[in-house]
This record gives sequence, C-alpha cells and structure tokens, in this order.
Amino acid sequence: MKLIDIAHSRAGDKGNILNLSLIPYKEKDYERLCQKVTPKAVKNHLKDIIQGDVIRYELPNVKALNFVCYQSLLGGVTTSLAMDTHGKSLSSALLEMEIDY
Amino acid sequence: MLRIGSGAGFSGDRIEPAEVLLKNADLDYLVLECLAERTIALAQQRKIHEQSGGYDPLLEKRIKRLLPLLLENKVRLLTNMGAANPIAAARKVLKIAQELNFSCTVAAVVGDDVLDQIDLNSVPWEGNCLIAEFGPIISANAYMGIDAILPALESEADIIITGRVADPSLFLAPQVHHFGWSREDYNKLGQGLITGHLLECSSQISGGYFADGHKKEVPDLANIGFPYAAIDEDGRSVITKVEGTGGLIDLRTVKEQLLYEVHDPAEYLTPDVTVDFSTVQLKEINNNQVEVVNGGGKACPQSLKVSVGYHAGFLGEGEISYAGSNALARAELAAEILKERLLDDFPDLRIDFIGLSSVHRTHFNGPEPYEVRLRVAGYHSSKETASLIGEEVEALYLNGPAAGGGARKKVTESIGVLSTLIDRKKVKPEIYLLGTEKGS
Repeated sequence: MKLIDIAHSRAGDKGNILNLSLIPYKEKDYERLCQKVTPKAVKNHLKDIIQGDVIRYELPNVKALNFVCYQSLLGGVTTSLAMDTHGKSLSSALLEMEIDY
Repeated sequence: MLRIGSGAGFSGDRIEPAEVLLKNADLDYLVLECLAERTIALAQQRKIHEQSGGYDPLLEKRIKRLLPLLLENKVRLLTNMGAANPIAAARKVLKIAQELNFSCTVAAVVGDDVLDQIDLNSVPWEGNCLIAEFGPIISANAYMGIDAILPALESEADIIITGRVADPSLFLAPQVHHFGWSREDYNKLGQGLITGHLLECSSQISGGYFADGHKKEVPDLANIGFPYAAIDEDGRSVITKVEGTGGLIDLRTVKEQLLYEVHDPAEYLTPDVTVDFSTVQLKEINNNQVEVVNGGGKACPQSLKVSVGYHAGFLGEGEISYAGSNALARAELAAEILKERLLDDFPDLRIDFIGLSSVHRTHFNGPEPYEVRLRVAGYHSSKETASLIGEEVEALYLNGPAAGGGARKKVTESIGVLSTLIDRKKVKPEIYLLGTEKGS
C-alpha cells in the first residue's frame, strides 16, 4: 500500500531544507510507520529530490514523524529554478511511497 | 482568559475572515502576519524609490476595513505590515483613522534593520561563498522577538506595527504582557510560543491547505474561518474558530501545523525561547476545539537570525505545449533543441515537463499524459540574456517540432535571500508612538 492510505503530510521550507511531517490517521499505525518509513527509505524514495541527508525526528507524544531533508529545494525558494519553488507539493511525493503493511 | 485571533497568515491573505473574528470572537488581540522571507527586501526597494513607502502594499486596504471594528470592539492589533518602514506605515494608519473620524494611538517598532552591522565578508548559512559575493546587497533584517514588542504593549498603543520580528513572537508578546510571565519561565514561554506557531499561518490550522479526497474532507472551504486561541494564565490554549464559519479544527489539522517548517522539534530556535515540541499534548475537547498543553522550553539563543536580501539577477522563463500522440516525444525533442541553443549562456538551464514531472522532479513511473507543457528556466545577470530563454521557446513555433502551441515568455528581476546570524546585543529595538489626538 501507499503511505497516502494510512497517513497525511505537510511540507515546509527553510532555505534549501525541506521538512515533511508524516502523521498516521490512526494513532495505532504510528509504530508501524516508525518501523517502515526509515530515513534511508525516504531518501531512496525521493532520490530525485533530496540531494543531502535525511534526519528523522520522532514525536511519540503526538504520534507523528518529522523528516528533515537537506539540499532538497534546488537552492531554496528565492532563487530556485523549480516550478514549485517552496517545495510545497512534495508532501504528496512522500505519500506516494509504497510500504508493506 | 486571553483571546488572540489570527487575521492574516501571509501578505495576500483574505480579509473577510479577520472581520468575522473581530465581530464574533470577543478578542483581546488580533495579529496580522504578512511578512514572508523575501517581502522585506522587495519593500526595501520600494522604500528606495519612495521614502514614504516600503510597508505592506495591502496595508491601506486591510486597515480601512479592520480599523473601525478594532477600535469599536477594543481589540488591539499587532502586525508586521511595517515591513521595511514601520514608521511610514504607522503614519498611514493614522491618516486612515483621521479620514474615518477615529482617534487612536499607533506604535511603530523599529530596530530590525541591521544592514550597517552585518559582516558582508562572512559565509552565510548553506553558503559556499561570502555574502558580498552573492550580488549587490539590498537589505539585512534581524528577527527580533518579544523584547521589541513588549514596550509597545506597555504603551497605550491601539495598533502596533513592526518590521521583521519572528512570526510567533507577535502572538507570544501579548501573552507575556497580559499574564506577566517571567522571562525565565521557559516552559510557559515555550508553550505560549507553540500557541503562536499554531496560529501564525491563519487558516492552515482551520482546514486550509488540508482538504484531500474522502479521507480529508473539509466543510464549506469557501467560507473558511480563521483561528483564534483562548489562553489560560498557565499557557494552556484552546484553538478554535467562530461558530458557523467553514473549515475544520481537529487533531489532524493541528498536528500538520504543529510540524510546519519545524526541524528538530525538541529545539525550535526563536528569539524568545528554545522551544520543545516533544512534550506537547493535544486533545479534541469539542467540535472544532483542540486543547494544547505542556509545551516546554529552555533559554533563547544568544544570536538572532538575519535575512539578507540581494540582487540575484534575472530569471528567464519560457513555456510551450504539446498534445496528442507523441506529445512527450515532441516536448523532449524541443528540450534537446533548446539545450543546444541555450546551454552556453545558461549552464544550469532547468527543463521541466509540466503534466509529467515538473513539481516532484519525477513521475514515479506514472502513465504518459495526453498533453505536456515544456517549461525552460534559467538565471542570468543580464536582463537581455535572460530574455533569450523565452525568445528561443517562442521561436520553436517555426523552428521546432510539430504542433507546439501556447508559447509564453517572461523575465523577472529576482531577489535572493540569505540567512546569517547577529549577536542579539547588537540589535537595539525602539518604539515610536504616534497619536491622532496628540497630533504628533
């Protein structure tokens, strides 16, 4: 299944750094997301987007993950040549990721 | 109980929801956050052209509609619409008040302009050369915090206009002022800042930027209500919106906004406090009411972030569409032709296939679309050279593959923004009070 079937996400930008939240609709799915959606898996899925490292932060208090992706916005909003200069649409790219459920 | 409303989350935000808040939410404060990263550099350019300019271009329109409601309902306004010129913005607000026959006091908060104080021969964040080498520098503004805003709140000002301050500080300042929190009570400051972080993007927490198919349905988006918080003296807040407005506030919308533009959630750096999101507890306590408690914090950093605006040259763009059988193949052929014609002038030439892979930079093996729009973009320091991109795209009409249509070309002067740091002791906020009655 795709992540979009069990989780939602919002993208944010700071300079050339992209952050992607990943929030399960059902809190019981949080542990499974922690297990399946590793930083390495995210970097591999978004290899055309993320040029730098991916760091994953876990928030068990609100049952959410936050992926911080370095060198991912073609320089950042003000001088990027990308169509989507903020990378706002990239939350949908994360949710296209396939996982075994 | 303190009630703070969010009446704008970016400079182009809708105005009507702020009117709805002022009429129905029994607010103490309304905040209008209108300043994006690049806005202040653009405003600085306007200030150079016109000394009385340099504030938010929509200030007049917003203030004309909101000022009567603010003053009649005794709601104080905090806004960063001052942009590059808070004093000129304050004068403009007074002029509007006089025209509408209201008397009021306006405070302008200045001190964020640190262009004379930053070291242009230092390397910025994420940079690989000196600040001065990026291009001619236009502006440098420090993100000030509540220290800059509190003196204005302690004055009799009805309207407080700032330039660059950290967005959530606009919401934290009235909490600290109202409840008299100590500047060392880091947990309360952290919790208060989280409430501000949740509110600062207006409807992004009340169902805006959220709707997606059956799993994320949002009622009556056309009439979306903006959020406000009801806050206790210990910082506990309830995020809600005016009854009868469209939109939605639940755990899902609050969680999405909680992590918006956040990196390490245990160390979110602000001018006022280093915030800890990892202890926050959220609870749906009623329809469209989410309780936020237990945010934490520790001492603020010794440096402030500075945004530096510079001339980044000219962005040249061109687009043309292909449709039907072989559409993608024809767009790809056009791309090859353009590379041959343009790569010498634009080594970083960007080519996108709109409809296929232009926003995600991949299509994850998706199906080939019926129509494709070729988009070509590149930077150059010369406007004339930058315009070559659009000209070559347009020239594909006669000199490219079959049946290309709808060519468009554009050249935009570009302002880039770099980030650097400044010792907070070097930043000296000041306030100016202007009043209709005093005639100052």
